[in-house]
Amino acid sequence: MARVYLEGVTKKFANVTAVNDVTLEIPDRQFTVLVGPSGCGKTTALRLIAGLEEATSGSIYIGERRVNDVAPKDRDIAMVFQNYALYPHMSVYDNMAFGLRLRRYPRAEIDRRVKEAAALLGIGGLLDRKPKQLSGGQRQRVALGRAIVREPQVFLMDEPLSNLDAKLRVQTRAEIKKLQARLQTTTVYVTHDQVEAMTMGDRIVVMRDGVVQQVDSPLNLYEKPANLFVAGFIGSPAMNFIEARLARRNGGVVLDAGSFAMEVPADLVPHVQEWVGRQVIFGIRPEDIQDRAYARDANHAWALRAMVEVHEPLGSDVILYLSSGDHSIVARVDAHSQARMGQEAEVVFNLRKMHLFDPQTHAAIV
Amino acid sequence: MAGRAPVLRVGHWLLVGVVLVWSLAPYLWTLATSFKTERELYQFPVTYWPHAPTIVNYVAVFTQNPFGRFLLNSALVTVISTVACLFIAALAAYAFARLRFRGREALLVGLLIVAMIPLITVIVPLYILVRNLGLLNSYAGLVAPYVTYALPVAIFILTAFFREIPQELEEAALIDGCTRLNTLWRIIAPLAAPGLITAGIIVFVYTWNEFLVALTLTSTNEVRTITVGIALYRGEFTFPWGVISAAVTLATIPIMVLILLGQRLVIRGLTAGAVKG
Repeated sequence: MARVYLEGVTKKFANVTAVNDVTLEIPDRQFTVLVGPSGCGKTTALRLIAGLEEATSGSIYIGERRVNDVAPKDRDIAMVFQNYALYPHMSVYDNMAFGLRLRRYPRAEIDRRVKEAAALLGIGGLLDRKPKQLSGGQRQRVALGRAIVREPQVFLMDEPLSNLDAKLRVQTRAEIKKLQARLQTTTVYVTHDQVEAMTMGDRIVVMRDGVVQQVDSPLNLYEKPANLFVAGFIGSPAMNFIEARLARRNGGVVLDAGSFAMEVPADLVPHVQEWVGRQVIFGIRPEDIQDRAYARDANHAWALRAMVEVHEPLGSDVILYLSSGDHSIVARVDAHSQARMGQEAEVVFNLRKMHLFDPQTHAAIV
Repeated sequence: MAGRAPVLRVGHWLLVGVVLVWSLAPYLWTLATSFKTERELYQFPVTYWPHAPTIVNYVAVFTQNPFGRFLLNSALVTVISTVACLFIAALAAYAFARLRFRGREALLVGLLIVAMIPLITVIVPLYILVRNLGLLNSYAGLVAPYVTYALPVAIFILTAFFREIPQELEEAALIDGCTRLNTLWRIIAPLAAPGLITAGIIVFVYTWNEFLVALTLTSTNEVRTITVGIALYRGEFTFPWGVISAAVTLATIPIMVLILLGQRLVIRGLTAGAVKG
C-alpha cells in the first residue's frame, strides 16, 4: 500500500497544457476519484501516475519513491482501461497470469492468485475462454482480475464502467467499491460521471482545464463547492445560478434578482458584508426549492410565484422548470405537487442553503 | 429482380471461369508439357493431354544439373531472407507505428521511393559492393540485397497492421511488466500475425522468383538458386522445352504450398483478432 503524491506536475502536449501545475495527495488505502468534463486532464493525470506519459515538469511519488524516471512496469501499479484492453489472443487465465509470469512468480503461486481473484469476481468458470467469447460485464471483471492478481500498491482505473449498460454500471459500481474496501488498495479512479464520483469516492478531485478545482469528501463537495464550476458540475439537475445584487434594506441584507427579492438569513449576513451593493451570482440547488404546499417550516418571505414551463414527474419527486422574469429556475419538488405545465406555481426557496459566488473570479463567497 | 438472378449468377461464374483460364492456362500448359515426350512436343495438331505421359523430363532435370542443390540453395536463401526481413521490418514498423520521432513521415515516403527504384539501375554498383565485401558467390551475398530490397514493402505492410492494434493493449502490457521490445513480440506480433504472414509471403515469393541479382552475384552451382539453375538447361542450339517445363513445375510447388498454407493462416488470424465487442 502506498500514497501517491503529485508535486507541481505539469504535462504539455504540442500546444495544449493538459495538466497544469497540479499538486495533489492521494492518501494511502483510500478511494480517490478524479472527475471533470472531457479534456479536463483527469485521464492525463492518471496516465502520468501510470508512467504512460512523461511529466513536463514536477515530481510524482508513489510511496516514498520519486517515479518520474521509473518504467510503468516497475512502478508497482495496475491499471484498468476503459475498453478493458484484454489480450485477445490469450485465455482469461493467461490474461490474468500474464503479469505474474513476466515477473517470474512460481507456477503454483500464479495459479493460486488467479483462482482466488477469479473466485472473488465470480469468473471462475470462464478461465478457459477467450475475451471475445465474453460479455462486456465479464470482460470488465477479467480486467479487474488482471489488476487484482498483481497485488499492486496502487490501482489506476480509467473510466472502467463507461462501456457497460446503465444497469450493469450501477451494479459494478457497488462491486468495485466493495472490492476496494476489502482489498484496501490505494485507488485512483477517473470518471466524467459526477454520480459515479459521488457514489464511489472517499475523496473526490474535481478538475477543469488541467487545474484542480477542489479536493474534498463527496458531501463537502456538494454542500460547500469552492467555486461556480464545482457547484454546477456536482449535482443533478445542476444548481440554479441567478445574477443578483445584494442590497441593504430595513436593517437586513436583501438578494435582489430583478423579478424577485428575498432577505438573506441573518446568520449569513456577517459573511456577505463586503458584497453589499455589488453584483453576485446566487446559487441554489433544485432540491432547496420546494412547492409551497409541501414546504414544512418554510420561511414564507422566500416564496416566489413562477410560471411552470415543463413538468417532469419522476415518481419519487417532480422536476419543475420555472420561469420568473428573465430567470429560468429548476426545482425538485414533492411528488404530490399540484403544479401543472403552463400554470403558475408558488415555490419557496430555502435560503439557508444558498450559495453566493464572485461574478469575476467565480470563487464561493458563502 | 428474382428473374434476373440466375442470369447474374451465370455471368458471375462465366467471369470467374475467364479469370481462372487466363491465370491457370500457362501453368497447366507447362505442367502438360513436362509430361510429354520430345516428339509429342513438336507434333501437329497440338495435343492437350499427353498421349504417352513420361517422367523422362523429370529424370533429366536431376541428371543434367544438380537440381536438388539449386532447390536447397533457393530454399536456404529464401527462408533466411524472409525471416531476417520480417524481423527487421517488425522492429522498423513498430517504430513507425508507435513512436513519435522527427522525420517519421519523410522516412516512410523515402522507403516507398527506394522500393520503386528498379533493381537493374543498381545492379552494377551492387555487384561492385558485394565484390568488395568479398561476398560474391555466397549465400550472404544474396541474402543481404534481398532483405534490403524487400524491406520497404514489408515495413509498409507491417506498419499498417501494427497501427490497427489498440494502443491500450500495449499500455496494459507495459504496466503488466513488458518492456517495449517485449510488447512487440508478445502482444503486437501475435495480433498482427495476418500481417506478418502477408508480408512473409510477399517477401518469400519475391526472393524465390528473383533472377537478376542471383544471376549477377553467383558463379557456381554451389550457390546458384533455382531461377538461375533453370536457365542453365537451355543448350547453345537447343531448347529442351520438356525438361525446362519439368524444372519450372518443380520450382513452383514450394510457392503453391506456402500460399495455400498461408491463406488458411491469414483467414484464421483475421477471425481470431477481434479485440473489442
